[in-house]
Amino acid sequence: MDRFSWSNGLLEINETLVIQQRGVRLYDGDDKAKLDVGATLLSTHRLIWRDAKNHECCIAMPLSQIIFFEEQAAGIGKSAKIVVHLHPAPPNKEPGPYQHSKYSYIKLSFKEHGQIEFYRRLTEEMTQKRWESTPVSQPIPTGPQAGKTRAVGIVGIERKIEEKRKETDKNISEAFEDLSKLMVKAKEMVEVSKSIANKIKDKQGDITEDETIRFKSYLLSMGIANPVTRETHGSGTHYHMQLAKQLGDMLQAPLEERGGMMALTEVYCLVNRARGMELLSPEDLLNACKMFESLKLPLRLRVFDSGVMVVQLQSHSEEEMIASALDNVSEKGSLTAEEFAKLLGLSVLLSKERLLLAEKMGHLCRDDSVEGLRFYPNLF
Amino acid sequence: MSFEWPWQYNFPPFFTLQPNVDTRQKQLAAWCSLALSYCRHHKLYTLDVMEAQESPMFNNKKIERKLSMEAIQVVFEELRKKGNLEWLDKNKSRCLVMWRRPEEWGKLIYQWVSKNGMVNSVFTLYELSNGDDTEGEEFHGLEEWMLLRSLQALQTDGKAEVITMDDGKGVKFF
Repeated sequence: MDRFSWSNGLLEINETLVIQQRGVRLYDGDDKAKLDVGATLLSTHRLIWRDAKNHECCIAMPLSQIIFFEEQAAGIGKSAKIVVHLHPAPPNKEPGPYQHSKYSYIKLSFKEHGQIEFYRRLTEEMTQKRWESTPVSQPIPTGPQAGKTRAVGIVGIERKIEEKRKETDKNISEAFEDLSKLMVKAKEMVEVSKSIANKIKDKQGDITEDETIRFKSYLLSMGIANPVTRETHGSGTHYHMQLAKQLGDMLQAPLEERGGMMALTEVYCLVNRARGMELLSPEDLLNACKMFESLKLPLRLRVFDSGVMVVQLQSHSEEEMIASALDNVSEKGSLTAEEFAKLLGLSVLLSKERLLLAEKMGHLCRDDSVEGLRFYPNLF
Repeated sequence: MSFEWPWQYNFPPFFTLQPNVDTRQKQLAAWCSLALSYCRHHKLYTLDVMEAQESPMFNNKKIERKLSMEAIQVVFEELRKKGNLEWLDKNKSRCLVMWRRPEEWGKLIYQWVSKNGMVNSVFTLYELSNGDDTEGEEFHGLEEWMLLRSLQALQTDGKAEVITMDDGKGVKFF
């Protein structure tokens, strides 16, 4: 372990990161090094190790120090390791965590696996020896960095904080680098999809009918709005069709129990409770319900003026409902939505919708007072 | 003779402005007719809106219902459109109630005048509204502003002419 020097962990110009692996503990020979678990990084030029918790604690070693290395298989309670045999340290080596060591080899213990890939990459680098062909500038004197752990006074503390902030910043931007690349690619993909969608719309290009439909369904499942699909039947994916058929079977009995009508929220709860796993999203449920009519299922999705959505049996006749509502109200003289709900065993929401509909038809009139909203037969 | 309330007066929904358009039309028609008959019965020619809200006309204490201010304004607007109401101020706090329109009054007055063979005579306004001769007539006790309008209506028809005299106004019938 005395071949390592303190480092700030920053890569030089011309030095490239090859692979990094978390959860690595270093061993000085066969003894655990007096360091915690950290991440080990392999670059084209060096082997770097950084403490997972304390990012300032970072050591590096040129790859030229490595003579050879071998794998050590994992055992019971022991992680897999790579044993790295090293040349003696050069006299002008920068100071590191160990002044001297009785071993001329170290071990990298992979507590979170990754040793296979690391071994492969290390082999590559050791074969290519890229550090010989691309010289880097002299490593930045690690004096100040080593010194930073010994900094004293307010200035030292400030400097430490500043270093830490820069480190965090760098880590974050490094982490998000991949993400921004992904986003650029995703944007390109969306553009391509859009252009193809437009081509389909204009019926240009050699795309068959079948492929067109398939492509549209792919687009829809990716969530990309396709003007062509919107115009025809709202949504045409196979999934929603199957779902609609399933709902058709599943909802017959509950609907009949509840007088032929259920609020969409009730349906959602019922269906998902029955499924247990593979729950439906509200959007999927809605899209499936919209297909009832086109699939000629005996259910219908209906939207009231107030925006309330219900699923009702096709056989459900609204006129009958209203006539019976009128009878109920006349019998009792007047009813509130709550009383009506209780009478019929409906939810308050649905009973109110029914009363409002009867009012709209002119069969009922309302009495709105501090006592609440009551409905009377329309005697006007 | 006490005022006879229409059946709607004891029907609670009557006091809620109905959202259904057809129902509302019937409701408003009933309210207009109620308001006018009430004013006619009590010989009210002007109304203060605030007072009206508390008066039995719009407030049925027995069933604990009364028309909201909003609804009263709607009823008054209906009356105004029909020509039975006129606002006295911009704030719509006081109004004239014409449960009989000026033209109708004019006709009544003229009928009385010609029935009694007094065409071509001159009357003072006071004579017409408060004179002994007119006692028993419906227009007896008619407020001056209303009387004047009625006569002006007749004037437009060419059946009368309003003249200004020393101590007030008068009218000559043709």
